Amino acid sequence: MDMVQTEKLVFEYEKRDEEGNVIGSSRAIDQVDIDVKEGQFIAILGHNGSGKSTFAKHINAILVPTEGTMWVNGRNTGDPDELWNVRQSAGMVFQNPDNQIIGTVVEEDVGFGPENLGVPTEEIWRRVEDSLKAVGMIEYRHHSPNKLSGGQKQRVAIAGVVAMEPKCIVLDEPTAMLDPVGRKEVLKTVQKLREQKKVTVILITHYMEEVVDADKIYVMDHGRVVMEGTPREVFSRVDELKSYRLDVPQATLLADELRKRGLKIPEGILKKEELVNALCQ
Amino acid sequence: MIRDITIGQYYPAKSMIHRLDPRVKLVCTLLYLVSLFMFRSISGYLIATLFLAAVIRISRVPFSFIVRGLKPIVMLLMITVLFNLFLTRNGEVLFHAWIFTVTEGGLVTAVYMAVRLIYLIIGSSLMTFTTTPNELTDGIEALLHPLNKIHVPVHEVAMMMSIALRFIPILLEETDKIMKAQIARGADFESGNIIQRAKSMIPLLVPLFVSAFRRANDLAMAMEARCYRGGEGRTKMKPLRYKYRDYAAYIVMIAYVVLVVAVGRMLPLHVWIF
Amino acid sequence: MSIKLEHLNYIYSQGTAYEKRALNDVCLEIPHGEFVGIIGHTGSGKSTLIQHLNGLLRASSGELYYNGENIYREGYDMRKLRNEVGLVFQYPEHQLFEIDVLTDVCFGPKNQGLSPEESRERALEALRLVGLKEKYYQSSPFELSGGQKRRTAIAGVLAMRPKVLVLDEPTAGLDPKGRDDILDQIAYLHEKSDMTVILVSHSMEDIARYADRLIVMNKGAVMYNDEPKKVFEHYRELEEVGLAAPQVTYIMHDLVKRGMSVRTDVTTVAEAADEIMRTLVHHCTNS
Repeated sequence: MDMVQTEKLVFEYEKRDEEGNVIGSSRAIDQVDIDVKEGQFIAILGHNGSGKSTFAKHINAILVPTEGTMWVNGRNTGDPDELWNVRQSAGMVFQNPDNQIIGTVVEEDVGFGPENLGVPTEEIWRRVEDSLKAVGMIEYRHHSPNKLSGGQKQRVAIAGVVAMEPKCIVLDEPTAMLDPVGRKEVLKTVQKLREQKKVTVILITHYMEEVVDADKIYVMDHGRVVMEGTPREVFSRVDELKSYRLDVPQATLLADELRKRGLKIPEGILKKEELVNALCQ
Repeated sequence: MIRDITIGQYYPAKSMIHRLDPRVKLVCTLLYLVSLFMFRSISGYLIATLFLAAVIRISRVPFSFIVRGLKPIVMLLMITVLFNLFLTRNGEVLFHAWIFTVTEGGLVTAVYMAVRLIYLIIGSSLMTFTTTPNELTDGIEALLHPLNKIHVPVHEVAMMMSIALRFIPILLEETDKIMKAQIARGADFESGNIIQRAKSMIPLLVPLFVSAFRRANDLAMAMEARCYRGGEGRTKMKPLRYKYRDYAAYIVMIAYVVLVVAVGRMLPLHVWIF
Repeated sequence: MSIKLEHLNYIYSQGTAYEKRALNDVCLEIPHGEFVGIIGHTGSGKSTLIQHLNGLLRASSGELYYNGENIYREGYDMRKLRNEVGLVFQYPEHQLFEIDVLTDVCFGPKNQGLSPEESRERALEALRLVGLKEKYYQSSPFELSGGQKRRTAIAGVLAMRPKVLVLDEPTAGLDPKGRDDILDQIAYLHEKSDMTVILVSHSMEDIARYADRLIVMNKGAVMYNDEPKKVFEHYRELEEVGLAAPQVTYIMHDLVKRGMSVRTDVTTVAEAADEIMRTLVHHCTNS
């Protein structure tokens, strides 16, 4: 089944002068067609300003298309009557860990979503416990979020989304402000959730190492989808990726460099083990 | 420096006071604050002190932590004490020099005023130390619920308060950071007259406002994404229900108020203030 | 123009329940003109350390010498120190406040007591050094992209003509191209001027590419202080403290395990490619 589907999605920002009159518009998203099946792990890559975050906000109906259509779990995000259904089906984790935690105690923050949905009290407690366990933060339930590390805060934010029991989780650059340890923590958590809860995951990022396990990658530039395919397909086009201000893992880069110097190394090397194997044959 | 401010912070601990219903704590704090102005004698102060000491003990909030919360009001305290000390002319003159005269009445008033102020701050910060901001706003929301009938947006106000409390430490930390960054660029926040000082705050205030707005924007988006749509149809993770201990707390509080007023007014020990 | 730290200790909130030792007996010497990388995970004390270098934080004990002068001695001119040791904080764009880019960059020089003309001169020079296009000089800093804002903020410190430039994670939150651009610009600055550059980073790959020397911080103490290549030989110990060597270093080690006789002190992709090619060619001609 389709989890997220778009058809010729266009989003335009209005540009205004100092008096607030519209003086034109700029296209942040331009004719995007994306199709995500239930249970998939999809990555959207792009440099800062490529439109990937604007696109992410459409999945949660924070923004609605100027033209074209987006369906989330079969519901049209442009339909105001479906707004809350859309937001419940697709939970969203944002970049800045400080600016998305509402509660002053970890468990109260995780309970915020279910409270908004009108879930009965006992059920809220069950869900809070369950989701804090799923992200491995249960022992911090009575802590203040301010005293947690960046990675821990992001895991709390993920738990807050999981507690709403969405079918799909959109992570909008969840690791951009974290250190390598925090980054690993968050990715491991996402990986675990995919296995345990079978949720669809859409990861938006510019770190290539994070997406090697994705089922499919979309690369965005200037609001358009410019590349799509499996990680292997996308990462075999090193020079093209670089032209979109992106980067590939060092193993891929080294494989590419060696291939250019005449070594016979297969295309689409993603991990260091693959390169070592190729070299030692 | 800025991080030392503890007022409004929550101090996690497992105590009887922490477990009380926030409504009880709100009402009792209010009663205690009012009670401080209801007695006139040293015996009243004694009871108020004992009561506060007992509550602090039960709350398991370290005394040193509470004292740190008094730092920001030291200036205010000094001014109050000095005013009372020199401007109250009452009773025997203890000290006289040039235009300064200290009388016995002045000394007593000054000390009592200082004690009252300190107790006022300790009393109210004890409430915030033992109540999470969420509980606090839940409590306020519940207590003010009747105002809903005259179209006061009680839930929204309570939500705003709780968010403000959550962001106080974050914004303080941010102030610290921006201040350091501007000092590194040669800014001077310490010298100059009042106008120069006000001007030197611009490099601090503009980035702080920009950051506050950015955070507000992000947070509003995050709240919406988590299906927040005002108070209607919302359930509570921690609904407020009075338990035995809450009724017991009310009874203790009322007993204290009666005692302190009765004893404080009936048993004057040689000093009167008003 | 060297910086020397002797048995530096720093304790946060000393005497309270929140007391925390952030720096533990740090001894370092940073000679003039070096490009030094400082690495360590969050809470390792690296940010605390650099705030000592321009006197924003004062050590609880120990001494810090700048050009042989003890900065903790009475009457030491801290303002002068801050003029010479420029500190660029993390997310420096959050400190921008003026109506346009040029005026903002002038803030530092003006505080140094320079005339408006001189300040402007310095600001223009700094903006050119960070490679910001001239058409942005009159724009509001808030209209710029993330990378441009960051350049503006770095220019704000450069305009003070520091002798030592300290940058705390200058690439945080930037995309790969933006990251490379900023780092290349910093390397170019270091090459062109005789500035000492101290770069704090999370990324071993970045440090490996640019730094002459790498200082690894852990739990407030200096764990390693050596050439990057030598530090990365301890990749197992680095992992234990939540860090890692660049991916290519691992690849080389794995190749050795599989019987290839490559050097393992390799830290960049280009070096690794050279080394693998050399070994393979050597191998072929031998057999």
